[in-house]
Amino acid sequence: MDAITFEHVDVVFGNRAGQKAALDLIDQGADRSKVLEETGAVVGVRDATLCIDEGEICVLMGLSGSGKSSLLRCVNGLNTVSRGKVLIADSGGTVDVASCDAATLRRLRTDRIAMVFQQFALMPWRTIRENVGLGLELRGLSRTERDRLVDEKLALVRLDQWADKHPHELSGGMQQRVGLARALATDADILLMDEPFSALDPLIREHLQEELLDLQRSLKKTIVFVSHDLDEALKIGTHIAIMEGGRIVQYGRPEEIVTQPANDYVRAFVGKVNPLNVLCAVSLMRPARDGEDIDRERAVGLDTPMRELVALARDRGGTFPVLDGSGTVLGMIGEHEIYDGLLRRRSGDAL
Amino acid sequence: MDPISAFVEDHKLGLGRGVKTFVEWLTDNFYAQFRAFSDSLGWAIEGVIWLLSVVPPIALIALVAGLAWWLHRSIGLVALVVAGLLLILNLGYWEATTETLALVLSATLVCVLIGVPVGIYAAHNRWFYSGIRPILDLMQTIPTFVYLIPTLMLFGLGVVPGLISTVVFAVPAPIRLTELGVRNVPKPLIEAGEAFGATRWQLLLKVELPHAMPTIMAGVTQCIMLSLSMVVIAALVGANGLGKPVVRALNTVNIAQGFEAGLAIVIVAILMDRIMRQSERPGSGGGH
Repeated sequence: MDAITFEHVDVVFGNRAGQKAALDLIDQGADRSKVLEETGAVVGVRDATLCIDEGEICVLMGLSGSGKSSLLRCVNGLNTVSRGKVLIADSGGTVDVASCDAATLRRLRTDRIAMVFQQFALMPWRTIRENVGLGLELRGLSRTERDRLVDEKLALVRLDQWADKHPHELSGGMQQRVGLARALATDADILLMDEPFSALDPLIREHLQEELLDLQRSLKKTIVFVSHDLDEALKIGTHIAIMEGGRIVQYGRPEEIVTQPANDYVRAFVGKVNPLNVLCAVSLMRPARDGEDIDRERAVGLDTPMRELVALARDRGGTFPVLDGSGTVLGMIGEHEIYDGLLRRRSGDAL
Repeated sequence: MDPISAFVEDHKLGLGRGVKTFVEWLTDNFYAQFRAFSDSLGWAIEGVIWLLSVVPPIALIALVAGLAWWLHRSIGLVALVVAGLLLILNLGYWEATTETLALVLSATLVCVLIGVPVGIYAAHNRWFYSGIRPILDLMQTIPTFVYLIPTLMLFGLGVVPGLISTVVFAVPAPIRLTELGVRNVPKPLIEAGEAFGATRWQLLLKVELPHAMPTIMAGVTQCIMLSLSMVVIAALVGANGLGKPVVRALNTVNIAQGFEAGLAIVIVAILMDRIMRQSERPGSGGGH
C-alpha cells in the first residue's frame, strides 16, 4: 500500500502573484531560469509524481538545487505545495498535506511524520534526553512518560550513557544519532531524512548508514531520504528517484538506475559509482548460447552480488550459469560479462 | 540676509507650540487619570523602598552577597559585594542607596514588562519593527531634560516622573536586544520545532525564547545600567536617592560630598553589572 503519494506537485517560492505567473509559465514549458527572470519566483519542484510504498526507503537524489529537499519538505508541510497533492495514508483513508487544515497538519507532525536534519538542529541549551523528548513534549506528554520512551530510543542508538550531556559535548556522528533518536521517539511511521549524513566524515557516514539499515530491518518505517551521493542512495534505497532542475528524471530500483540510466545526467552520476557494490548476477548475465555446456554444480542465484561473482571467477575461472528459484537457466556469466559490468557495457554491445 | 532664508525664518511652523498645546490638552482633560496613575505608581515604589528600609543593612548585604554566590559561585565577587556595600554604609548613603535601588529595579521591571513583549512582536513583524525603530532612536537621543518638562506637568514632582523618564530612556535597550535575540534564532531550530508539530506558542516558549535568553539578559543588564545613569536627572525632578546629594553638591560646590555620592553610584553600578552579567553558558549558540 502507498504510504506517500505525490501527485503532480509543483513547488514555487515567491510572492502570490509571482507564483501564479510562474505556474502559468511552467505550463507553457518554460525552464527555471526563464521563470526566475520573468516572474522573480524560484521553481523548486515541477510536476513531481511519485508513489512511496509502506516500509520502503525511497531516496531522492540529485545535485544541490535539483529540488530534492524541496520535495521532501512538502511531506510535512515545511514547504508549501503550490499546486498538486501530497497524500499521506491515514487511518484507512488519505490526507492531502497540501490542503489539510492546521490541526490535521499538526497531528501529522506530532504523530505520523518525523524528520532528521542535515545540520542536526539540536537545541544547544537542552540535554540529550530533553532534545530527544522534544516531539513528545510538544505532544503534551508528562515528564515521566517522556523519559521512559526517550531512554528506550537512546538505548536503540547506543547513547544511553550520554542522556544528561549537552549536544556540544558530542561528536558530529553522535549528534546525528541524537537527531535520529529524536525522530524515532514519537514512533511516527514516516521518517523524513534531509541529507542526514552529508555533514559527517566518510567513515562515520558509512557506520550510520549501516546503523540505519539495521534499525530499519526491525522498525520497517517508510523512509524518504534525500542524498546527493549515488553510492549512498544505492546502498540505502529500495527505490531511487533522480531529480534534475526540479523534475524527477528517473525512478526505479537501484539496479535499474545503474544498468539503464535514463539520460546523460543520470549516466554522469552512475559513471562514478563502484559497480561492485550495486550490480548482481541478473544484470550481468548474457543469454546462454545454443548447445553451451551448462554445469549446474557451478550455478549461482539471480541476486548474487558482483563482488562474489568476481571472487568466484578468480578462484575457479570459466562460466557460471544463473538459475532462478525453480532451477531454470536464465543466462550465463563469465569473465567477459564481469569485465563488461566493470566498464558498465550492456552485454552484446559492440566494443 | 538673503530673501529665501528670511522667508524660511519668518514663517514659523510652530512645532514647539503644537507640542505645548497637546501637553496642555492632556493635562486639562486627563489630569485626574494621570494623577491616579502617578499616585499608584508612587505607592508601589514607596512600598519597595519601605521593604528595603525595614531590613537591617547588614542583613540586606548578606542577602545580596548570597544572591551573588548563588548566581556565580565566585568568592571574589562575594568579597567585592560585601566590601562595596560596607563602604556605602560607611559613607552614610545607605538610605539613599536603597531608594536608588528601588527606583532602578522598578524602572527595570517596567522596562522588561514592556520591552520583551514588544521586542518579540517586532522580531516577527518586520513592518512593525521598521516603524518603531525611529521612535526608539528618538527616545534614546532626545535630551532627557526636554521630556522632563511634560512628565513634570503630567505627573507632578517626585519619584514617578523620575521613573517615567527613566523608562522612556531605558526601554529601547530591552526592545532592541529581545528583537535581535529572537530574530537570530537559527532557521533549522525553528524548522525542527515546526517539524515536530510545535504551535506558535510552543515555538516561542520552547525554541525562540530559550535561544534568545542570553541576548535578552544582556538587554536587561543594559537597561539597569541606563536606569542607573538616570538617577541624577531623576533627582532634579524630586526623586530621592543617590542623585540628590550629587545635585546638592553641585549647587553648593561641595567637592567632598560630590565625590562620595558619585562613588556610591559607581559602586552600585559595578555591583549590579557584575551580579547581572551572566557567565558564558556552555555551548550556547554552538550545537553544530
